Amino acid sequence: METAVFALFAALALVSALVVVLHRNPVYSVMSLVVTLVSLAVLFVLLGAPFLAALQVLVYAGAILVLFLFVLMLLNVERDEGAAGGRWGQRVGALAGALLFGGLLAVLAWGGQVARALPAPGPGDVGLVALARELFTTYLLPFEIVGLLLLAAVIAATVLARKPGEEGR
Amino acid sequence: MTAELLGTAAKMGLWLVALLSVVPIMVWVERRGSALIQDRRGPNRVGPLGLFQALADAAKFLFKEDIVPAAADRPLYLLAPVLALVPALTTFVVIPFGPDVEVGGRTVRLIVANADTGVLLLLALASLGVYSLVMAGYSSNNKYSLLGSVRASAQMISYELALTLSVVAVLVPVGSLRLDDVVRAQQGGLLDWHVFPQAIGFLVFVVAAFAETNRLPFDLPEAESELVGGYHTEYSSMKFALFFMGEYMSMTTLSALGATLYLGGWHLPGIPFPDHWLGAALTGFGILMAKVAAFMLFFVWVRWSFPRFRFDQLMRLGWKVLLPLALLNLVLVAALTVGGWL
Amino acid sequence: MSVPIAWYLLLAAALFAIGTAGALSRRNGITIFLAIELMLSAVNLALVAWAREVGARTGDLAAGLSGQLVVFFVLAVAAAEAAVGLALFIAVYRNRRTIDVDRLNLMRW
Repeated sequence: METAVFALFAALALVSALVVVLHRNPVYSVMSLVVTLVSLAVLFVLLGAPFLAALQVLVYAGAILVLFLFVLMLLNVERDEGAAGGRWGQRVGALAGALLFGGLLAVLAWGGQVARALPAPGPGDVGLVALARELFTTYLLPFEIVGLLLLAAVIAATVLARKPGEEGR
Repeated sequence: MTAELLGTAAKMGLWLVALLSVVPIMVWVERRGSALIQDRRGPNRVGPLGLFQALADAAKFLFKEDIVPAAADRPLYLLAPVLALVPALTTFVVIPFGPDVEVGGRTVRLIVANADTGVLLLLALASLGVYSLVMAGYSSNNKYSLLGSVRASAQMISYELALTLSVVAVLVPVGSLRLDDVVRAQQGGLLDWHVFPQAIGFLVFVVAAFAETNRLPFDLPEAESELVGGYHTEYSSMKFALFFMGEYMSMTTLSALGATLYLGGWHLPGIPFPDHWLGAALTGFGILMAKVAAFMLFFVWVRWSFPRFRFDQLMRLGWKVLLPLALLNLVLVAALTVGGWL
Repeated sequence: MSVPIAWYLLLAAALFAIGTAGALSRRNGITIFLAIELMLSAVNLALVAWAREVGARTGDLAAGLSGQLVVFFVLAVAAAEAAVGLALFIAVYRNRRTIDVDRLNLMRW
């Protein structure tokens, strides 16, 4: 059961990730990234992190990517664009991706020896309360800093996106 | 395992029947209600009091020509109306509709999925609703549709903030994300309903709910006086009907959420729920539905009473009025909770 | 029964590689941005997978929680990054009428 769910959503995530990168129309890229993120959210649930799964859908799929779509429609970007630096850029990009994947695979295969030797993990669900307690005690300072960062980002975005010379009302 | 699956299926079936039957009822209520408010008669020819008007409307939808514009982006164009139903048909799973009952020797909890993340899951699924509107507007290849979807994306994100903050304020004194616990916290008298201590939050929630469901006075994405039909200008026949159904179903689930958060959910003071009585399921569901119906009537009432906002007014209301109000409410509630008054 | 963690890591590696290839080879600024988001998500998946593995293996719940909380912070930072990045693209588009990164070459001698 768990394996089937994993296989289904892992495949979905991979296919939609490929569409994100390969499709010429950026609107399709955004839509397939939504599919990738929702599939990953399902995998998060499998991994015993339902809170992160809900957060991923709410923040990423529900807000950030809608912002992307909003900007795409606002700018009305031309759809046909091709690869950076023509064919060469595409080849270099694909090569770099393949090399990276190979490298990660090698690291995995090497480190996987260790992982395989260990017993399979049991149900590792962590409750919301434990998560919240950890967040607001051990990670309180990072939490506050992230809040500050978000505030800075809001101000920066408003300033950057404003028309030059336009006075705020 | 099998019994559990059957139980879940039965609970989902109950919700699906309710959600699907809401649409024809609401069509009738909306048309007769608007007639009442505008001092007209409204549809009264099909069946007694025009009750079968909804069936006639449905038949009309089925026989209309199904048009796909030649320049439309076909895959997205076809997918959009289907997606309109997704949030409406998934969010109900975390809403409780009755006390625990006993069926065949086992206790059954009257909620489809009593997840730890509860209302967060609901908000997450509901936030996906905007994609349907944006896809419909973009894929139609029509400037009015595109403008509608640009408005939809900006509006939904803006009001989601206020909506979420007002929901969070309810969860603070309850101390749990489960809507089950939210209902349990309101089971005392009438004054235990969250609507009384959190009147500001309730106000913000209701206004934001109007914006999230694109109902007047916030139906800017489809504003017919300026955008023809907004994001669904190019849709016809059953595809249009799906948007229509999606709107009413989203209203229903948001109303159910509002009733659960602020009006005591399936519980009503004075009506006893004997432990483990099977009929409690239907009673609880009936009470919840009655509260939902009250919400829906309010939706209709407001729709025919207020003019549409301008887009800049909408944005100003969302960011400069509702968001600060919601934050104020959250701080107040948190302070009162820490002080032990809630 | 349970899916081994190596599979999750494999998936994360593949997603990260796809994202890298996309970020290096596309010309549309927003698509590059999306590819970067994809890479971030891949890292998130690996973090959650390890969080579960470490939490279950050591029996130390806090160890697993840390991994999940890092993902929480990544989500928040990604939101900030998206807001600023998109605002930058709007500003660039306003000046140059394009967000094609190959044509944003005013700084080149």
